[in-house]
Amino acid sequence: MSSRVSIVVVEPDRDKALQIVDSLRQAGDFDLHVIAEPTGLARQVKMHNPDVVLIDIENPSRDMLEELALASGPLERPVAMFVDRSEEGLSRAAIEAGVSAYVVDGMRPQRIKPILDAAIARFRMFQRMRTELAETKRALEERKVIDRAKGMLMKARGIDEDAAYALLRKTAMDQGRRVADVAQALVTAAGLLG
Amino acid sequence: MKDIQIPVGFIPLVDAAPLIVAQEMGFAAEERLSLELRRAPSWSSIRDMLRYGRVDAAHMLSPVPVAGALGLGGAGAPLCALSVLSVNGHTIGVSADLAERIRDQGHDFGFDDARAAGQALIAAAGGPLRVGVPFPFSMHAELVYYWLSSLGMAVQRDVTIHTVPPPLMADAMRSGEIDAFCVGEPWGSQAVETGVATLLLPGAAIWAFAPEKVLAARTDWAETETDLVGRLIRAVWRAGAWLARPESRTLAAEILSRPAYLDLPADLLERALSGRLVISGRGEERSVARFLEFHHGAANFPWRSQAEWIGTRMALRHGLDPVQAGRAARAVFRSDLYRAALARVSPALPGASSKVEGSLERDTHVASQSGKLILCRDTFFDGRFFEPASD
Repeated sequence: MSSRVSIVVVEPDRDKALQIVDSLRQAGDFDLHVIAEPTGLARQVKMHNPDVVLIDIENPSRDMLEELALASGPLERPVAMFVDRSEEGLSRAAIEAGVSAYVVDGMRPQRIKPILDAAIARFRMFQRMRTELAETKRALEERKVIDRAKGMLMKARGIDEDAAYALLRKTAMDQGRRVADVAQALVTAAGLLG
Repeated sequence: MKDIQIPVGFIPLVDAAPLIVAQEMGFAAEERLSLELRRAPSWSSIRDMLRYGRVDAAHMLSPVPVAGALGLGGAGAPLCALSVLSVNGHTIGVSADLAERIRDQGHDFGFDDARAAGQALIAAAGGPLRVGVPFPFSMHAELVYYWLSSLGMAVQRDVTIHTVPPPLMADAMRSGEIDAFCVGEPWGSQAVETGVATLLLPGAAIWAFAPEKVLAARTDWAETETDLVGRLIRAVWRAGAWLARPESRTLAAEILSRPAYLDLPADLLERALSGRLVISGRGEERSVARFLEFHHGAANFPWRSQAEWIGTRMALRHGLDPVQAGRAARAVFRSDLYRAALARVSPALPGASSKVEGSLERDTHVASQSGKLILCRDTFFDGRFFEPASD
């Protein structure tokens, strides 16, 4: 049996998969496989017979791997979620970073740690990107709403853009709300009044 | 005084309703709580979120805390069930091809006779059967095993249970990965809508009163934050009572259909809430009494005997000692915390915390701590009882 640890990465996004593979390559000499297709996931994983399976916590197909944790035949290797076999801190870090790992029962903790460390670092980055994307989208939405509210105020009150923005800001401060929320309320109310 | 925020995980299913309604209809606010509802992508992730403290309570498959107590499925802090969120609510569906063969057996898809439906299914399959369920530790899996083995199928050999996330169930059937499924709503109805499945039975036809989802928490949190836990149990209990009123259905379906919750059409969700299901592409409709119960018949009471039934069934399949497993299982359904929370609110709490499961052939008045209590029919389709160990 080869002494190289074999790792299966379950990730439908090709770019992400490549990045994970890259970071794992830097962490050590592993035998790496990527599975992109969720159909028959448990079967595909079994075929590779890996020591470690890494999967995004957000991936709904993760439940399909739970059945691997139940060794049903004597020839099947029991798979445990890594949290069974590693330090508490490591499991928590992984969950917070958004990665779950399934590790073959009996694998030595010192061999698991570098793999998880690399995976955790990469997944943290993905999570940050996910948050950034959501935040950017929200900021853009808010910008649009604020612009519309400013336009309404300028028209209704015959003031210029700066004055309209100042008015929104002052109202927000007086009411202890965010400018975007005040703008949204104005746009909604205007919509209702037609 | 400010409301206390509790992060609560849920999976987008109709039976997450008590948690969503508790927050949206103000039952949480009445207890000075604010439920910060977090949608989770899978059962394993919601379990881990709870075990590692990302949420303090969660919508959970009733067998998951029991599996934890038996040492099955992952690690982390031990979990318990504070109350039962819902009873029943599953559908069993078969592929179009298998449905044709079942009709050829002369079965009428009456949707109420688990024995006839099961026998027709076994005959039509003529061999091994692949059944999709949402999670290895689920009432869905337990019901399928119970049903088919009681009908004489060699389940260990001839039934393969595949874990398929509910939203992917229809796809798995279309691609020929599974022949049948047992899933919670709205995913059975969704599979009918997309033309891949015909519904054969509601779960209630197998076990008339099967505890489906529980309100789960970490045991140490539940035992420390007793005041919060009491308020949470009460808020969710009131939401269940509200949901059980027929006039709440339309609004409940509307709330659940919002993008932050299920993000699916309200009319699809209403089928489960009303118990009127479209079972086939031909538009055949079936009405099921108590298809999904949120309140009546002490539905929310976490009976220790229910946990014991689940634990014993799991133990037999996984080669564990059933007596020990039954004992470990009983301890995770916290009827003690439930009683403490509802002592002054609920007009009727059961006198005992265990009952013979499957013994009530009709709704029955029983002894309670005060007032009147009616327990609902809870028979298994094969007429067997489950006698719990004595307290």
